[in-house]
Amino acid sequence: MQTTQALVLRTSGTNCELETARALERGGARVDVLSHRRLQDDLPSLVKYKIMVFAGGFSHGDDLAAGRVWGSDLRAMRKELDAFVADGGLILGVCNGFQVLVESGLFQPERAPEERTLALYSNASNHYECRWVDLAVEASVCPWLSAGWKFPVPVAHAEGRFTCTDETTLHELKAAGQIVLTYQGQSDPVTYPENPNGSAGDVAGICDPSGRVVGLMPHPERNLEVFNRPDWTRLEGRSEGEGLRFYSDLVAAATP
Amino acid sequence: MATAQRSLAPPQAWRVEVFRRPTVDDPEGSHALAAAQALGLESITDLRLGRGYLLPPEFDETQVVRTVRELLADPVLDSARITAPGESPAREGQTFVLVARKPGVTDPVSQTLERALHTAGIAPTGQGDLLVTTFQAWELDCSPDEDHLAQLSRRVLANVVIDQVLINDESLHYGLPPAGEAHGVVHVPLLNLDEEQLLALSSEGMLSLDLAEMLTIQDHFAGLGREPTSCELETLAQTWSEHCQHKTFRGRIEMDGEVIDNLLKSTIAKATHELNKPWCISVFHDNAGIVEFDSVNGETWDLSMKVETHNHPSAIDPYGGAGTGIGGVVRDILGVGLGAKPIANLDAFFVGPPDLPRTEVPRGSMHPSRILRGVVAGVRDYGNRMGIPTVAGGVWFHEGYTANPLVYAGTVGLMPRWAATKEVKPGDVILTVGGRTGRDGIHGATFSSVELHEDSETMSAGAVQIGDPITEKKVLDGLLAARDKRLFRGLTDCGAGGLSSAVGEMGAECGAEVNLDLVPLKYPGLSPEEIWISEAQERMVLGVPPENLDACIAVFDAEGATATAIGHFTDTGRLVLRYEGVLQADMDMHFLHEGNPRQTRQARWDTPDIPAPEVPELNDPGATLLALLGRPTVANKEWIIRQYDHEVQGQRVIGPTSGVRNDGPSDGVVLHPLPDSKKGAAIGVGANARYGRLDPRAMAEACIDEALRNVVAAGGDPAHTSLLDNFSWGNCNKPDRLGSLVHAAKGCYASAMALGTPFISGKDSLNNEYRVGSETIAIPPTLLISALSILPDVSKAVSMDLKTAGNVLLLVGETKNHLGGSELHALLGLDGGSVPRPDLSTSPDLFARLHDSMQAGLVRACHDLSEGGLAVALAESAMAGNLGANVQLPSDTGLKDSSALFSESTTRFLVELAPDHEGAFLEALGSHPVCRLGLVQTEPRLQIAGENGSPLIDLDLGAVHAAFNSSFQG
Repeated sequence: MQTTQALVLRTSGTNCELETARALERGGARVDVLSHRRLQDDLPSLVKYKIMVFAGGFSHGDDLAAGRVWGSDLRAMRKELDAFVADGGLILGVCNGFQVLVESGLFQPERAPEERTLALYSNASNHYECRWVDLAVEASVCPWLSAGWKFPVPVAHAEGRFTCTDETTLHELKAAGQIVLTYQGQSDPVTYPENPNGSAGDVAGICDPSGRVVGLMPHPERNLEVFNRPDWTRLEGRSEGEGLRFYSDLVAAATP
Repeated sequence: MATAQRSLAPPQAWRVEVFRRPTVDDPEGSHALAAAQALGLESITDLRLGRGYLLPPEFDETQVVRTVRELLADPVLDSARITAPGESPAREGQTFVLVARKPGVTDPVSQTLERALHTAGIAPTGQGDLLVTTFQAWELDCSPDEDHLAQLSRRVLANVVIDQVLINDESLHYGLPPAGEAHGVVHVPLLNLDEEQLLALSSEGMLSLDLAEMLTIQDHFAGLGREPTSCELETLAQTWSEHCQHKTFRGRIEMDGEVIDNLLKSTIAKATHELNKPWCISVFHDNAGIVEFDSVNGETWDLSMKVETHNHPSAIDPYGGAGTGIGGVVRDILGVGLGAKPIANLDAFFVGPPDLPRTEVPRGSMHPSRILRGVVAGVRDYGNRMGIPTVAGGVWFHEGYTANPLVYAGTVGLMPRWAATKEVKPGDVILTVGGRTGRDGIHGATFSSVELHEDSETMSAGAVQIGDPITEKKVLDGLLAARDKRLFRGLTDCGAGGLSSAVGEMGAECGAEVNLDLVPLKYPGLSPEEIWISEAQERMVLGVPPENLDACIAVFDAEGATATAIGHFTDTGRLVLRYEGVLQADMDMHFLHEGNPRQTRQARWDTPDIPAPEVPELNDPGATLLALLGRPTVANKEWIIRQYDHEVQGQRVIGPTSGVRNDGPSDGVVLHPLPDSKKGAAIGVGANARYGRLDPRAMAEACIDEALRNVVAAGGDPAHTSLLDNFSWGNCNKPDRLGSLVHAAKGCYASAMALGTPFISGKDSLNNEYRVGSETIAIPPTLLISALSILPDVSKAVSMDLKTAGNVLLLVGETKNHLGGSELHALLGLDGGSVPRPDLSTSPDLFARLHDSMQAGLVRACHDLSEGGLAVALAESAMAGNLGANVQLPSDTGLKDSSALFSESTTRFLVELAPDHEGAFLEALGSHPVCRLGLVQTEPRLQIAGENGSPLIDLDLGAVHAAFNSSFQG
């Protein structure tokens, strides 16, 4: 069986590409890290890859809005991205990568990007927030995340509040199995800080109708080692960080 | 602010204002409203923000609408208002305030929008250079009274140093900033000036040169038989500035009959030299210190570290000052050797009390709480955008910093050994990379050497720099790529003094020629000397072999970073500057770097004559503990820590917080920089605002002890620990200030020698004084010590939270009656008393033995004892572990309870062990004082009994937690 090839994309202001590449390698993939410019100049090379990850950071400084400029760049290669997914490729966007995918319109393919009804908005706390949270995988159309699994990850963002134009959109997404990950806590709905940004429906990650394009705000690639967790000195019997499984499951699902 | 005489004509540009929809909240608006109400501006009852943009009038309506739909307004969250060129918007509010950057001030957002308009194909690249500017439109439905509106604008919405504020006035500026004075060479006649006139020239020109220096310059040019050019004089002022040359530390000092020739070489650097550690790879001569880390897969890796001060810029613009402080120290790490990858930032702030009555804020100063919020946001927005975790630091509060806050920023870098050295060869091309040069940051280096005063805000507006972290991130990515392709061999950062310092330094040994007209500018109209000394941010200077030039430029171009050849290094020993062919400067490098007169300063130290107060009797020690936990310096800093990305790069072992809820204050932090290595790097700091005034030498030794305690408590190896020193002092031309500096420096030498911990880098910021009228106030003498320590095995790192009920709690180290400068004294309003001072004959061995016991796996939790002493440490560890503690104070110590509980004696730790490890631990600690305090318990109470067993403190953890969170929380 040949090794699955993964592509980690970056652009100006991306800053999580190295730990993301490391996570995919530890998960069993062979990884290239490319800048958006370089890919644009050689789009046919996409066929080499089964996985495409938009890494976190502050693409173009998030100067106009989080992920907006890179997201608008993606509209120019929409045809290739659709083909990539149609050929069985998997796309993941983490944190700023998630914001980029939202801006690109990929989660609501039936609408023009300017007509989307979901957004990632300034945290309810109105400032950047870095803390550890617990995630649960929901039953969804995503082919590689197994429902019911719960794991701890850090979030680190200022614009992660999942917001819809209206209740209907949220219900439709749920009905379509597009809600993939939610924040876990004592109360229901989950309150701050367990829901760190005030996301509607405690939504931490979603997918497109095919389930093959996934985005989430938290950073599983920051929890690969047994000592990455803030309370690891209190725990015993762990051999690795929980985030590693997130990426090995992704690689496994992309491996024919 | 006064806008009366301005024409009220709206700008000749398309105007877009993007507001939040009524259906979603407006976080910026409610944030500003809260700040306004905090200032007591009760007539401000509502506030909403419109993000404003001015687009080229050449755009047709379709282009504008596309810009709004595709780039500016979110379909879910925003509604946009478009106004045609020359027209006024249809405002809904009663009142509005427009805030725009002053012409010429860096505006990263407009640059991003200009690029995006091209890539989105909205503005055909054919249309040439676009001009886009941004602003903020604040609308109010209420009709506030005029004074409230003015205060709101000045103190909440804008910083008048960099912003232009328009109240109910649509006349925004659209266009390039006005051009500066005519070019061409300017000579400064000084050969015939008398001493008074020379000093006047120095202060009017903001040269910060004293009489001896001005006379030396006059004499030098008299010898040449000509007047200096403006460029030459500015170059001398920058190069000879305290900021660049550390004249005080390197000068001659007379104290108590002793003559100290170069305080740095005879104390701090001397210790490093005498210790001569093989793992010190590069110390004191480069941008940062370099120490060995580990070898993996045949490559040897080093760590580099630098800590900088950015005090004066942060005083007048906390946000911009702190942000560019981080940006500057990150460039120090990018510029060390052939470049290191920044892997961690630290920040330390010293500010006035957050609850200071507004009436006590000196004229021209900001309230401490606004300064603190500003510097936190500045570090957050710069560090987070760079993708560098901000992991360590601290905040200290003291009245003495109200008018002159201190902002320290530090960075740790990771680099391959081969990149530790660099060289400059005649013929190599001088390549500038990164940001364009503008009129921002003129005279920053010399400004940092003058005392602040009530007009600093207006006088030194030019010295403020605005950061653009994404530009610096592009430089980072390009620089490391070019380094690994080995395309350049010389490198330094553009910091204080701009190109004049960077090129001057690099070419000091050989010579350099620069054509100033080749330097890429943000806008036209800069004079040659402005180009030469501008401290515009995000710039580096490379020395590139001619054959690599094209390849090197290509690497930066791929990252979208500008790289431009502006000249070359020579073998003439001269610094030659031209502008459009006209000679602007032709100076002898040797005079530039060695010519400034070495001066002798007088130093004196008189121990302050304060009678030691009685050791206090406490009738309710529990209440005292809660009060101490709520004091700003001790209390929870989580509101700051959470705003920093301390997880990016995925290296976390011990983070800034620990425990069950991850909210316990860690001592040192531990990183895992190399995935394939077992080793870790621990970072810790030590500082105190209260010890130095009473006993500067004890303060220095106590701060070094604290920095070492912090890294050792987390698992760092004391035998593989290096230190950095950052002195912030008053005006050291005054003998008493200089006297305390000498004592502190001697304390640094003694401690480093005893502990075997070399200094690898340092920086001083002297003249931290604030003048009101005729009197000047000095800050408390403040030494920040940073420690960088290697862990042999990250899996053996230790955290400070209590782990298991039934485990044993021990106090390691001797408690003395050290309440001088303590938080307890500050709480009780007491002065004087003896300041903690480590016993250097025993502390090194204690550190070593504690480390060995951790390596042997005996220690479950370890917390260092600092402000608030034993009681505060117990409370913090219990809270973090969400477990109680039942302990009894050591007997036969001859100490009163208040000392036993709250003394701040150094070299002490609270340690938790499994019961069956107690014997082995006592054996490991040998003859050092170790006292069994008691047990960890499930019941969530902190119970402390006196030495006779009578209960002193019995607190519910909930109450402890509440007190810890009761102080200023942003």
